[in-house]
Order: sequence, then structure tokens, then C-alpha cells
Amino acid sequence: MSEARATRRSPTVRLFLMGFLALWLIAAAFPFMWTLWGSFKVQSDFFSIQDWRNALWGTRTVIETGAPFTGAGYEGAWIQEGFGGAVFNTLIVTVCVVAISLTFGTLGGYALSRSSYNYTFWILMTALVFRAMPHITLVSGYLLPFFELNIWGYLSTTIIVLVAINQPFTIWMLRSFFMNIPKDLDESAMVDGCTRFQAFRYVIIPVMWPGVITTGLFSFLLAYNDFAVTAMLLSKENQTMVPKIASFLGSTQQEGNVMFAVAAVVSATAPLFVLVLFFQRQIVSGLTAGAVKG
Amino acid sequence: MKHKTFLSFMLPSAIAMLLFIALPIVSVFTQSLFIEHEKVLITVENCVPLGGCTMETVVDTEAAAKLKAERPLGQFNGFGTYTNRNHLAFDEVSAFWHSSDTLGEFARQLYGLPFYKALSFTLAYTFLVTPLVIILGFCIALAVNALPRMLKGLAIFFSLLPMMVTPLIGSLILFWMIDSRGVLGQTLQVLLNDPDLSLRASPALTWIMLMVYGVWHSAPFAFVVFYAGLQTVPQDTLESAMIDGASRWERVRYVVLPYLMPLVTFIALIQLMDNFRVFEPIVGFSAEASATSLSWIIYNDLRGEFQLFGSAAATSMLTILGVAVLLTPVLIRTWRDFKGARP
Repeated sequence: MSEARATRRSPTVRLFLMGFLALWLIAAAFPFMWTLWGSFKVQSDFFSIQDWRNALWGTRTVIETGAPFTGAGYEGAWIQEGFGGAVFNTLIVTVCVVAISLTFGTLGGYALSRSSYNYTFWILMTALVFRAMPHITLVSGYLLPFFELNIWGYLSTTIIVLVAINQPFTIWMLRSFFMNIPKDLDESAMVDGCTRFQAFRYVIIPVMWPGVITTGLFSFLLAYNDFAVTAMLLSKENQTMVPKIASFLGSTQQEGNVMFAVAAVVSATAPLFVLVLFFQRQIVSGLTAGAVKG
Repeated sequence: MKHKTFLSFMLPSAIAMLLFIALPIVSVFTQSLFIEHEKVLITVENCVPLGGCTMETVVDTEAAAKLKAERPLGQFNGFGTYTNRNHLAFDEVSAFWHSSDTLGEFARQLYGLPFYKALSFTLAYTFLVTPLVIILGFCIALAVNALPRMLKGLAIFFSLLPMMVTPLIGSLILFWMIDSRGVLGQTLQVLLNDPDLSLRASPALTWIMLMVYGVWHSAPFAFVVFYAGLQTVPQDTLESAMIDGASRWERVRYVVLPYLMPLVTFIALIQLMDNFRVFEPIVGFSAEASATSLSWIIYNDLRGEFQLFGSAAATSMLTILGVAVLLTPVLIRTWRDFKGARP
């Protein structure tokens, strides 16, 4: 009862808050709905010179294709431009990045959470500085050595680079999750005769999954959303989705080509929607892990 | 944990970071001291039948390729790249300083130099978007917190979308809507009664557009952090404040806000780091004519047929310096806390 009273709001404040929230939710969701809807129209509807409402009813789409919806954009992107290959490359990159960064990250994060020497602090601070490095500055350091070593353009190079760029964030986040697992747990296992690694393997790993899943989600997002690294380090045939979409934009002169990009954008956003839908709780807990627990 | 065990656990992660973050910084510094080889020019005699012979100066591509293979870094230039017109431009800046009568004129001339143009946008973006994100995120958190329980999940789902979407894709989606033939662009034309209005044509509007995107993209992050923080605000303190006669606004101002202050620091830190590297929206909005950022000029040097490694590296070093300046207060504070926490 008392809780309800302390947070109760007057009708005016409530109305104001709800109005504000409605505005924000429209701003947050409408662009996605609009682009999804528009991706099934022709270019002269989605970018209408006459009237933006054409995109709603598909006036030109009916004239040009005979139906109010058309899959021409998707057909162009997936079949004509080979967007499927880019999707496959993205799949390889994200799966490998997530797997490798979690393996490296759990080991490092665990060590950092269980050590109290001075150097722990310095490693964490260095990681924080590394986290702040704009990715493109690092890319300008990679290119020349990679050209010389002949490893530029391959997916494997990009995967390792993304893993490394991801490490500072991963070890910080996993450390904060490991801090929440009581030290007594692994220490008592060691009293019983386990080595440190056995304690980690048989005692910690079974209870660490929530933190690992959350961190894995963010590793996935970093690999999936990256543009600076993938655009500069991958050769044209190895491109992942995001640089592929960027390269669609270069050839917008032809009629219809913009709709390829629109369709590709919708295709690339769909997995993220599903991700948020199913892992909302983990995302929220992950974003707050660093903040609330210090 | 013993030093040796610590090392073996830390090793994979440490090697990855050393090889691909620390070493590249060294590599960037080295590259920044070199510039591209000068073009090798040779004079050849060009004879056409009946036309006689002319002497022509052409670029010797073979010799250039050989030179490049021998010394891929280029020729040593010291700190010359840092001070040339495309970077810190010391000569130009001092000339402007002496020739301009007012500070405004000086600033305008300075803005004509590529590095300062990028720096001014990067700084303006960083220091305007960060506070706006914090304010908007806090308001959304308050509003969502007031929703009935069953609507909260839905509101959080939609609120998360702008942050989760790939930055380049998010900016493209907004760019297509704001296009003068898109839905928002046309609505604005009608609202402002200006059929020729194009957000891309004016630098000021482009800046605003990019910053609106930045706030749209990052506000969910601040919102989620604040929202989680709001769940832990002690209810007794709120209630005693109410009994003491604090109005709703006073309760937010004097109880909730101080309680959430550490979160503000956290969000500000993360946002400063992320906004300083603003890059994708400029590509997505094709805004480079009116707004460039430090990251974007590095990208611009690196793409294309003739990659300017020296120039990109010098800008990178200056950017890293900027990051260091940005982080110094945080590092000093953390160091003090760390020292204070130990006996």
C-alpha cells in the first residue's frame, strides 16, 4: 500500500508522462515500420516526388507491377546482387567472434575477478583505454602490416581483429558477473583438492551461463554491427552484410537500385528484431551489469 | 590467485589485445612519420610519324612500384605530416591569426581547414549529444516506470530498437525518411511551407540531423541503465520525503537524482567514448559535405585507389591523443578511488 502511495501520480502528470512516452515510442518504432512497409513498394512510391502518401497505398507500385506489394527489391538484392553470400559471411564472422571472444573472455574475466594484486587494476584500466579507441584508428594501423603479410581481405583476419577489439569490453563485463559468484565456491573446491583450472572447469562453468549468454549477445552485436573494420579489412568477395549494403549505395544512379538497399537493410534488421524479442531480459541486465554493480 | 595461474588464465586475452590493439597503435605512430614516395618522373621522347618528336615528362610507374616494394612505408617525413595543411596546419593557423580582425573571422577561416572542420563537428557532437542522451534517457525511464506492469515489457522492447540496430543501417533508415522525397522530408516541407527545403543542403540542418540521429540511437542505453537504477531507489526515503512535504518534483530532484548520480557518471563516460568516434552516421547520411568527423577523415584517407597511410596515421594519432585527454579525468579519479580504497 505504502509503496503505491509514494509513487502515485496526479492525473496531469500521468497524462504528460504518457504523452511523452507515446511520442518517444513512435520515434523509436515508426522508422522501422515505415521502412519495412516501404521495402515492398517501388522506388517512385517510397521516394515519391508527388505525395508521400503514395508509399502508403502504393499508387505507382500498382501501375508498375499490377499489385500493391512487390518483392522486386528483395529479388534484386538477394538474387541479382548476391546478398545471400554476404549473409553467409556475416554468419561465419559472428559465430566465430562470439565463440572465440567468450572463450578468451571467460578465462581472463575469471582471473581478473579472483586476483587482488595491483596489476589487476592496471590491466582493467588499460582495457578501459583500449575500449575507448575509435576502431578506425586501429584499422589505419592494421592495413599496411596486413598488406605486407598478405593476410588482408580474409574472413579469418577480420574475425581475429574483431575478437581483439571486443576483448576489453568482454573481460570487463564477465569480470563483473564473476564478482557475483562467491569466491568460497571455487576456493572450497580447491581445498577439496582441485587445481585452479579444475575448480574453474567443474565448479564455475556450470553456474556462469547467465553472464556468458549476456556477454555473448553483446559480442554478437559488436561483430554484427561493425562497419569500420569489416568495410576496410574485407575484400569485395568476402564482404559481410553491412559493408555490402554500403556498397549498394555507391550505385544508386540506376532506377530501382535504392530499393535493393532498402530491402537489404530490412533483411539485415530482421535478425536484430528477433534477438531483442527473445533476449530482452538479458540485454537489459547486461547493460546495467557494469553500472549498478560498479 | 597466484601470479603464474593468473598469467595462464589471462594469456589468450592479453595476447589478442597486445597484438591487435597495442601493436597497431605503435604501427600507427610509425606510419605517421612517413609519407608516400614522390612520383618518379622520367622524360621520354615521343615520336609520331610525320609529326616529329616531342619530349614528354611522364610518371615512371615501374620505378614507383619498385620503390614501394623496397620501402612500403614511404619516405621519412618526421612530424611533417602532423603540421601540414591537412592536419594541424600551423602555418595556416598563424597566418589566419595575424590576418583576421575578429575572433569570428578567425574561427571561420579555421573551419575551412579539413582537420579543424572535423574536430569542431566531433567535439560539438560529443558534448551536445551526451547530455541530451542522459536527459532524454532519464525522462523515458521515469515515464516507463509509471506504466502498468503489463505494458512495461512492450515499451522496453520498442525503446531498445534504435540502439540495437546497426548504426549504419539506423542512419540509412532515417536518411531515407528525411530525404526531400521521403515521408519526414515532405512533412517538414509542408509544415514549414517551404517546398524547396532540403535538410542536406544546409550545413546547420545537417548538423542537427546528425545529432538527432545520435540522440535517437543512444537514448535507449541511458534509458535502460536509469530504468534499472530506478528499481533500486529506496522506497522508505521517498516516502519520508513525501511525509516531510516534498512535492513530486522535489522528490525526483532531491532523492531520486542524487541516488542515480553514479549512473550518470557511468553513462557519461561510455557516451563520451562512443560519441567521440562518431563515424557511421556521416557515411549513412552522406553528410561529408557539411559535417566530417575525425574518424571519417581517417576513413576517407584509407579508401580509394591511393591510400594515404601517413596522413591517416597522423590523424589517428591526434584522435588517440584526443581520447587520452577525454579519459584523463576519469583515470585520475579511478586511481584516487583505488588508492583510497586500500589501507
